[in-house]
Amino acid sequence: MKAVRRVSIGNLLFELFGVIWLVVGCYPVFYILTTSLRSQNGYLLGNPWVPPLHPTLQNYDQVIQSGFTRAFINSAIVSVSTVVLIVIFSLLLSYVVVRTRNPVVRTVFNWFVVGLAIPVQAAIIPVYILITKLGLYDTLLGMILPMVAFALPLSTLILVNFVRDIPNELYEAMGIEGANDFQIVFRLVAPLARPALISVAVYQFVQSWNNFLFPLVLTQSASVRVLPLAIVQFQGEHTMDVPVTMAAVVFSAIPLFLAYIFGGRYLRQGMLAGFGK
Amino acid sequence: MMLPAVIFFAAFALIPMCVAVYYSGLNWSGVGSATWVGLENWKSMLASGELWHSFWLTIALMFWCWVLQNPLGLVIGVFTAGAQRHRAVFGALYFIPLLFSSVAIGVTWSYILSPTFGLMDNLLKALGIGNGFENWLGNPHIALFVIACIISWQYIPFNALLYQSGVRQIPRSLYEAAMIDGAGPIRMFFSITLPQLKYTITTTTVLILTGTLTYFDLIYVVTNGGPGDATQVLAIDMYKQAFTNLNIGAGSVIAVVLAVFGLLLSIITLKFTGFNKMESQMEGA
Repeated sequence: MKAVRRVSIGNLLFELFGVIWLVVGCYPVFYILTTSLRSQNGYLLGNPWVPPLHPTLQNYDQVIQSGFTRAFINSAIVSVSTVVLIVIFSLLLSYVVVRTRNPVVRTVFNWFVVGLAIPVQAAIIPVYILITKLGLYDTLLGMILPMVAFALPLSTLILVNFVRDIPNELYEAMGIEGANDFQIVFRLVAPLARPALISVAVYQFVQSWNNFLFPLVLTQSASVRVLPLAIVQFQGEHTMDVPVTMAAVVFSAIPLFLAYIFGGRYLRQGMLAGFGK
Repeated sequence: MMLPAVIFFAAFALIPMCVAVYYSGLNWSGVGSATWVGLENWKSMLASGELWHSFWLTIALMFWCWVLQNPLGLVIGVFTAGAQRHRAVFGALYFIPLLFSSVAIGVTWSYILSPTFGLMDNLLKALGIGNGFENWLGNPHIALFVIACIISWQYIPFNALLYQSGVRQIPRSLYEAAMIDGAGPIRMFFSITLPQLKYTITTTTVLILTGTLTYFDLIYVVTNGGPGDATQVLAIDMYKQAFTNLNIGAGSVIAVVLAVFGLLLSIITLKFTGFNKMESQMEGA
């Protein structure tokens, strides 16, 4: 595309389009940030389009006072445990799928592919009943288990695509040295599949950090509330106080923002996770 | 070694999916005793018209999301795939909406579109368009379309990212050859870029359709199916039946409809893309 360097009207329009989308795409984010720094009075009286004259952090103070730290910790526990379990389970499964050629494994793998198509919404009622019967309703673990289950098909598929490109000779070499399957997975496959593992981990972290349906259905107490639920709850309590709700929104996105600033490339690759081939 | 994955998947995804079929034949509130009523729930749901209403709304939402997301995503993808430095910067900024949860985006847009103090009406007033007052989400005639716009705002960056990586894989030589033949940028777009992106177009189409089929979070937060039932798509309908009306049977009927719909979509996908092939997809695509 570089070769097209003629400055034409078409090119100019294209650049203009890029700028317009920048405004459409980023202005709402800018709005979230600036509004979160406004005082309640400033919001009602000032022009909503321009940043506040007297920015204040008092909304963030209020957000933290209202138990968002608890929600933040809950979200972190849920997301980290979910990601760790997903990565280990799907790595083991993808190793088996790539290395064994028997019909049982083939069938299992095909079921996982079909599983890609199972919408969470379609299974949420039985999952709710099951979690309740297990006595896990309103616990963090009760959210983690189904989140892991529903993330496995995609994660496995991505890893299988990657693991099968590891040359056979490497496995054989380790096999000769007498390594068992677990040693092969963690000493050979895991390091070689690192890019794919990072992609899976990043993608699933974002997914579980922002997950809403499982917490909505499977929890109710404030003590296990995660961030997306906390935002909804908070909005309900502060319907008219927009700035403080916007501060809650920013607060809940902080980890992903930091991740994007420091590892944007991984995050973008991770979001593409296997689709972008 | 594959046991943990298999057990988790079976216990919390596959078996619940099948149990949903069984639940759809129950008269049950979720607690207490259940009575088996066979196809009664199905009959009353199909007769009530509510299910059909939700069904058509879901189709409409899928349609609007596709129409809004795919072409825009493609053009933005082509734009950010360019080698110019500023386009890379733009591309990095375009991605930012993807960092927010659907809940956060829903809450934000309901403020932006709010008829009181909302940004949008403020803008219309300043520009002198209309009377500067439109209840975007409260008007049943446009609410679904407005929801589709918000969803698209959220996911266009994702589709653009897919297109960007698709465009970058198109061999340079094709463009060089076309340049020699004297083709202009528009001609090259339609004769090279677009045909070369056909697999990406399939992928984004599938992702948009399957994603929209079960879209729940944002609608729940922004309109909760309202005004009236103007945005009550299948997923919202299912949630309300099962967890608000405590009618597990009726909710499960909708859940099964969703699952069948999802499976059909993915079977069609497999036919077109061969996503489950064991061979590497890198070559010969």
